[in-house]
Amino acid sequence: MSDRGGASPPLVELTLARFREFLREPEAVFWVFAFPVIMTCALGIAFRSRGAEPVVVGIVESAAGGRLAGMLEADGGFTVRRIAPADVERAIRDGRAPVVVEPGPPPVYRFDQARAESQVARLAVDRALQRAAGRLDAFTADERPIAAVGSRYIDWLVPGLLGMNIMSTGLWGVGFAIVQARTKKLLKRLVATPMSRAEYLASHVLSRLLFLAMEATVIVGFAWAAFGVGVEGSLLSLAALAVLGALTFGGLGLLVASRARTIEAVSGLMNLVMLPMWVLSGVFFASSNFPDLMQPFIQALPLTALNDALRGVMNDGLPLTALGKDIAVLAAWGAGSFGLALRWFRWQ
Amino acid sequence: MKRYPDVVAVAGLDLDVGRGECFGLLGPNGAGKTTTIEILEGLLDQDEGDVRVLGLSWHGDRAELRRRLGVQLQETQLADKLTVGETLRIFRSFFADGPTVDELLDVVELGAKRASWVGKLSGGQKQRLAVACALAGRPELLFLDEPTTGLDPQSRRQLWDVLGRFRAEGRTILLTTHYMDEAHALCDRVGIMDKGTLIALGTPRELVASIGAEHVVEFAVTGAAPASDALRALPGVRDVRVDDGRLSLATSELHETVPALLDFVRGRGAALSSLVTHSATLEDVFVSLTGRHLRDE
Repeated sequence: MSDRGGASPPLVELTLARFREFLREPEAVFWVFAFPVIMTCALGIAFRSRGAEPVVVGIVESAAGGRLAGMLEADGGFTVRRIAPADVERAIRDGRAPVVVEPGPPPVYRFDQARAESQVARLAVDRALQRAAGRLDAFTADERPIAAVGSRYIDWLVPGLLGMNIMSTGLWGVGFAIVQARTKKLLKRLVATPMSRAEYLASHVLSRLLFLAMEATVIVGFAWAAFGVGVEGSLLSLAALAVLGALTFGGLGLLVASRARTIEAVSGLMNLVMLPMWVLSGVFFASSNFPDLMQPFIQALPLTALNDALRGVMNDGLPLTALGKDIAVLAAWGAGSFGLALRWFRWQ
Repeated sequence: MKRYPDVVAVAGLDLDVGRGECFGLLGPNGAGKTTTIEILEGLLDQDEGDVRVLGLSWHGDRAELRRRLGVQLQETQLADKLTVGETLRIFRSFFADGPTVDELLDVVELGAKRASWVGKLSGGQKQRLAVACALAGRPELLFLDEPTTGLDPQSRRQLWDVLGRFRAEGRTILLTTHYMDEAHALCDRVGIMDKGTLIALGTPRELVASIGAEHVVEFAVTGAAPASDALRALPGVRDVRVDDGRLSLATSELHETVPALLDFVRGRGAALSSLVTHSATLEDVFVSLTGRHLRDE
């Protein structure tokens, strides 16, 4: 009688089974690997560094408008679009012309205060028209634009995409698998064996690590190859953070799936958990855009902690020792949700 | 005793199953068979009463019981995208002792399917795999909940062979079924359940004998149905049932009853539109105890 009859320890067998089941599900593989690459690619192209681009200005069509257009074109750095008087507001809303000038005197600037692009265009037009009218600059500043790799939007975006991907694959991967096993009564069958329940739950979280190694390599590797996004800090620190993130969100996935009986129910819960973090945790734009009142809440979210830490390593080259707070937040979420999931879990 | 908000699923069941025995719980859907077996398996808690399995209690000795029992549940669907071999490795890994994965595959004759995905197996193969999973820890006691429901006759027979080999090693089986022939073929003793209570208990032979007749004659006649009393007076007849125009006689003397029945029908100027006889089965026992058929669902 051999020990375990040729099988490995349960934790290994269960983890491998999760891994195999996942790889045999082509749709899941697509969402985990292809999706973030497509996303990085699309965003990288949309926000690529384009050097000094001309400012687009709309001019309301009229005889005076023709003179204004001449002045702006002479100044250089502007692309002038002629806008029909009835079309001004629509042009601003559509982004065809972030600022539209109605010839004066004095000229009227129409623009959208809530859009940075619109405000910048207004300032540029105003400066050019004032100069053309004879204003002299008090001094000429020495301008040194930053174009170095490491400080572009894409450099900032990639760690956020990595964090977001770790979150969504962790939650979906664990949550779906658990609820499926529950609806198929497989969980009930498993608890009728001497299997350790904690080991079963741990196998779901651990199987995330196997995927993570691939996911993270694909995202970071693609961003490096396609956009030259580098890692300022050590790759080992980045890997350690990714592992911690995967464990944390795997644990959160267990908690979300701990009682749900149907795929629909768990999908709803996942979106409820993820949506606020997509918006608040600084994936596409900095979380500092939100009011101070919300900051303590935002900073306590696990994705905020993960994104901050990943950016610390990738963009700023910080060592893990400088990221203690973020690491503590992640570890607390991970341990807390695993513990609660083990307690609340519905096995039958 | 097990109560649910709306129904009492099992109300008072006093039952002892001996070591090495194959015991069958028989009854229609909703009789409380699954509730009973899941209480014994430690998956449900009884509201009242005492349950001992292998002399142990689910409250004090849960871990030990889990090691010594094998369980097959009615509705479990094993992971479709794992292979037969991988599935057995998982179940085998939970037990320190037991047969090897290869031995398990041999026992249930699935060696050729080792590398097939579970989702590609036939119904009978899936059930044999489920039984193999239950055997992974070399259990002393095997619980099977409707192991052959929905299977074709050949698959059922294959599974019976597997269970026969398990029994030959002197180990115990408790199964539920609503197939009479299954209970007949496998079980030393049978308990018949209806509406949450045990209504009969004994060997299949004893139970069949308890209706006092070894044969059943089922027939239908043209014209008006004859009166039960007249039929009861025929030689050998112990019981008469009328069911949807079909009549059935339980008889101890088939060779006397049938000629007398033919004369009786002819004497009324009627004719038989059908006539079937069979040896009395557990189904007939159930009908005689409850007035209903087992498969009335």
